[in-house]
Amino acid sequence: MRMELIQPFINAADAVFAESLQGPTKIVDVEMDENAYRPKGVAALMLIKGDIEGRVILDLSREVAVKVASVLAGSEVEASEQVVRETVCELANMVIGNSVTLLNDQGFHFKVFPPEVHMNESGLAGSADTEALVICIETSCGDIFLNIAMRYLHRRRSERTAVPALD
Amino acid sequence: MKQFAALLRKDNQPVRYLVVDDSVFARKNLIKMIEMFGGELAGEAGDGLTAIAEYNRIKPDIVLMDITMPQMEGIEAVERIVRQHAEARIVMVSSVGYQENILAALQKGAKHFVQKPVKPEVLYEILRYVLSDDPNATGAPVALAGESRS
Repeated sequence: MRMELIQPFINAADAVFAESLQGPTKIVDVEMDENAYRPKGVAALMLIKGDIEGRVILDLSREVAVKVASVLAGSEVEASEQVVRETVCELANMVIGNSVTLLNDQGFHFKVFPPEVHMNESGLAGSADTEALVICIETSCGDIFLNIAMRYLHRRRSERTAVPALD
Repeated sequence: MKQFAALLRKDNQPVRYLVVDDSVFARKNLIKMIEMFGGELAGEAGDGLTAIAEYNRIKPDIVLMDITMPQMEGIEAVERIVRQHAEARIVMVSSVGYQENILAALQKGAKHFVQKPVKPEVLYEILRYVLSDDPNATGAPVALAGESRS
């Protein structure tokens, strides 16, 4: 686990939550996890492929999602599945967009895939056997979880350049 | 809540905005800010194709345009709008703010870029700047009404 790859995501999440939810944030728990990730509420899974590769899962309870929705909309929002989905996607897009900006400015190039929303509690496919950092961030709306697994692809790139060109 | 002096057109009418974003919340958030700046929502769109149709229909003073959207992304929509309407004033609003993205948008004709989450004071200054060369906007370099609004 390379912290220099994880840190931009933590910084971006912290900044995005503090700004968009208009309140203080605090990292209240950090742990390593190698099991398939089981969402605690509604999760958005985002994949990254390029110079670095991995995934980020943003996860929050429905109750927190509705509170976040109300803050983002600037008025009370009625709870519905669509509201919850929209909220999780919007937060995920902001976090990933800001993280990607930080990493891109460091010279990394990669493609980010749109968030996939998962609303059941079964383990997310593709998240097993990958050492991930799970962070719980306390916000003014409640706890939001980030599960981040990221790695360099330097070896693979050097392998590509080592392959002789075919005539 | 911070107060902003209203940004007005030269004819003292509110600046008319087209807000383009596939996220309902992002649109609501921007609309709230537009109202804080004394503007008027002329139209909304959730993708680039609809944005082009809406632009042709309502001819807004300013477009606030997301980049990553379904059907047609914001940068392509900017290119198509500016090709038809060289006077279009489009401000990109996206969470992805790295240089290549910003440059691509500016090269296609966008006037400015603001990163999400949008801070009202940042968007306000950018709109002041973008409106400063608008022949329809009041005053120079910035269109401002006399009184602050809440």
